[in-house]
Amino acid sequence: MAREAAALVAGIVFGLGLAISEMVNPAKVIGFLDLAGAWDPSLAFVMAVAVPVAAVAYRLMRGRAAPLWDGAFHLPARRAIDGRLLAGAAVFGIGWGMAGLCPGPAIAALVSGDGRVVAFVAAMAAGAAVVRWFGGARTPAPGSRRSDR
Amino acid sequence: MENFTPVSASVGGALVGLSAGLLFVLIGRVAGISGILGGVLKPSAGDVAWRLFFLAGLLLGALGYSAATGRPIPIRIDSSLAQIVLAGLLVGVGTALGGGCTSGHGVCGIARLSPRSVAATAIFMTTGFGSVFVIRHLLGG
Repeated sequence: MAREAAALVAGIVFGLGLAISEMVNPAKVIGFLDLAGAWDPSLAFVMAVAVPVAAVAYRLMRGRAAPLWDGAFHLPARRAIDGRLLAGAAVFGIGWGMAGLCPGPAIAALVSGDGRVVAFVAAMAAGAAVVRWFGGARTPAPGSRRSDR
Repeated sequence: MENFTPVSASVGGALVGLSAGLLFVLIGRVAGISGILGGVLKPSAGDVAWRLFFLAGLLLGALGYSAATGRPIPIRIDSSLAQIVLAGLLVGVGTALGGGCTSGHGVCGIARLSPRSVAATAIFMTTGFGSVFVIRHLLGG
């Protein structure tokens, strides 16, 4: 149960962060992406703070064989910057700008009960499921390398 | 700049970073939401429960915000339903192809200095800006 408890706590903290920062608010996200309009740079602070905080944790685990409550680290195994990565990121960005929603905030925003959020999450899950089931052999299996450092 | 909210954005960002850190230190996982969801959509044995707990936590965290502040989570959607559905499809397909989203590539990947994530983040930020520019300023939507 330790793994599940850790995931639950991390999820709660993540959801709180998305709500407090207003990443969950499509209008706020589009305001951030609207460089040519009344640009609201607020959400740049989310990434600017989240990255160094996360980096501290990654650094703490350097040289360790395994995390505290699991037998191994589960880091992405892929290294190549290929067409699939670039095309996928490009398509994702277009959708992100169209709705102002990306996966985490969309799921957290389900608690609003807004039908359009439900529709977004359903469409997102459908799109992702099609790629994962039928999108070629290259499923992004998380590598169980112990550490890459 | 009446909507400029650097303090709440920074506090939220710190929590997102803390969450990513917790998930890695405790169970060695990357806090990428599209990847966590993807492992539910195409499950492999013994690797599903923690994902469901994390996703449930996302909802509980958002509910906790409402409970603590006495306000609903801040949401305003101006797009049409058709636009939302198309956007959802693009986000689902794009993150599955690209192996990550704003959290997996943009926060965790960059924090690990992954070249793949730096490239992906540069691309989706660029097309995100471009998408809003086209919709708002060229199409007038």
